[in-house]
Amino acid sequence: MSGLDIRGLTLELGGRRILDGVDVEVPAGQVTGLAGESGSGKTMTGLAVIGLAPAGAKVSGTVAYDDGEVRVPDLLALRPGAMNRLRGRRIAMVFQDPTASLQPMLSVGTQLTDHMRHHLHLSRSAARTRAAELLERVRVPSPEAALKRYPHQFSGGQLQRIAFAIAIACEPKVLIADEPTTALDVTVQAGVLRLLRELTDDLGLAVLLVTHDLGVMSAVADTVAVMRNGSVVEHGSRFQIITDPQTAYAKELVESLPHTPPPGTGEGEA
Amino acid sequence: MTAVQLPRRRALRVPVAWRRPAAIAGSVVLLAWVLVALLDPLLGLQDPLQQSVGDAFRAPSAAHPFGTDALGRDVLSRTLWGVRSSLPLAVALVAGSLVVGSVLGAVAGYLGGAVDEVIMRIADLVFAFPTIILAMVVAAALGPSLLNAVVALLVVSWPNYARVMRSLVLGARGQEYVVAGRLLGAGPFTSLRRDVLPNVSAPMLVLAMLDFGNQILLLAGLSFLGLGAVPPTPEWGSMVADGVTQFSSWWLATFPGLAIFSVVVAFNLIGDSLRDALDPRTAGAVQGSSI
Ligand SMILES: Nc1ncnc2c1ncn2[C@@H]1O[C@H](COP(=O)(O)OP(=O)(O)OP(=O)(O)O)[C@@H](O)[C@H]1O
Ligand SMILES: [Mg+2]
Repeated sequence: MSGLDIRGLTLELGGRRILDGVDVEVPAGQVTGLAGESGSGKTMTGLAVIGLAPAGAKVSGTVAYDDGEVRVPDLLALRPGAMNRLRGRRIAMVFQDPTASLQPMLSVGTQLTDHMRHHLHLSRSAARTRAAELLERVRVPSPEAALKRYPHQFSGGQLQRIAFAIAIACEPKVLIADEPTTALDVTVQAGVLRLLRELTDDLGLAVLLVTHDLGVMSAVADTVAVMRNGSVVEHGSRFQIITDPQTAYAKELVESLPHTPPPGTGEGEA
Repeated sequence: MTAVQLPRRRALRVPVAWRRPAAIAGSVVLLAWVLVALLDPLLGLQDPLQQSVGDAFRAPSAAHPFGTDALGRDVLSRTLWGVRSSLPLAVALVAGSLVVGSVLGAVAGYLGGAVDEVIMRIADLVFAFPTIILAMVVAAALGPSLLNAVVALLVVSWPNYARVMRSLVLGARGQEYVVAGRLLGAGPFTSLRRDVLPNVSAPMLVLAMLDFGNQILLLAGLSFLGLGAVPPTPEWGSMVADGVTQFSSWWLATFPGLAIFSVVVAFNLIGDSLRDALDPRTAGAVQGSSI
């Protein structure tokens, strides 16, 4: 299978078992949602996969990576240097709050080009050209000018689009998005989710979308895994989870959904 | 619009810092001191080394505007000549301890673990002794010379910077943008240089600017003991140190003291403006303002 295959991911920190055998498949070209209440270990799953679990954490299980070109039977077993070469290149991550995840002292252009030059060995001008294309791709207005501006000069929605542009710059095959719309205004959420869907389809990305918001899930996810207390209690198609949840916990989660139409369809972005 | 504006903005980066009134004031004072240092021989001053025992402890007058010292030397002339040794020494000391302390503190804070332990325990060791005593011991061990006095002061000064730097880096390292940078493939040193340091430079700059007065006075302490500037050479710190023991001759310590004060204030004004100008979030404020 092309994508990520997480098997029995377990993480212990200070004697506490935070992840307890997480099993999820994240196939290419699909958005796999990871839902669950706060503290259930969604973020920790994402961080463990990418090798950034907090210091002192004991991680076990396997995370298989395959993109057709590169196959890694277990990301967790990679040495730090090898993992570093995959990060940003093959596996990228987008965070919840773009005002916190972009470096305030560096221009957008620098943040967009540094890793391209590092991973893809592009020249400064080639990286610059590609950066402008990327900004165009994620629909940030006047890309050339935007490259020279700093994060504080953009709105939250634009910043998250920039964060996506940075993430996809080196053509990764796996994208981990941790609550990418939670910090955004509802009207802006839809646009960002649509962008996520578009990128998944066009680039064949395997996306792990972490969110506690089933509304967001129902808008973009192909399948949804429901987490509780550090393990996945149910994994099925979006349709099945929303309309016919099998476990009591998933049922509760679905019932707690606000009865507003999910974002991501129809309305445009402010 | 922005596209046209921005190439210009990079070129103007430093001048923008100097468009603040505070920066202009600070620069004017420093520039004045540099000019004085360069032009000392041309100013028609009395010889700063010339003693005249009969004229000792004269209060300020037309002949000696800043009075005379215990050996009858002209304090005005000594103050104006003093800038030649005091200013470059203070700059070297502050720059040296800033660099050494920042590097060690940043490495300790970012890498943590055994590296952190070793660096910070050495820093604690330095902190355990009174600054001037330790500086004396080091200077005495190295032998009396100005260079050795500078080295001795670097040895005792870096831990201050290292401590502050370490705690700043500890705070910044947990920021999401630092994690995000690591996720893009930045190794520890790239991450430190690119994402952490620019975000902790402002407080370090302020610390350094406030340290100028300190360093001048510490150096004076060593000179006073014959471990720093060789005695007849006019130097502000030693002039103040000599002067404060002469209660009735207030002018001895006051004028070189004011000189130190003016330099410290000037560096602080420049430091503040530099801090604002280096931060893209506040650098724009000047462009937008009516200055
Ligand atoms: N650095 C850490 N040290 C110790 N425990 C932690 C740390 N980070 C998270 N935890 C614990 O791990 C558990 C899972 O946290 P995680 O951040 O993965 O939750 P989450 O599902 O992402 O929640 P949310 O929806 O609120 O983001 C929580 O109980 C939390 O207290
Ligand atoms: Mg979370």
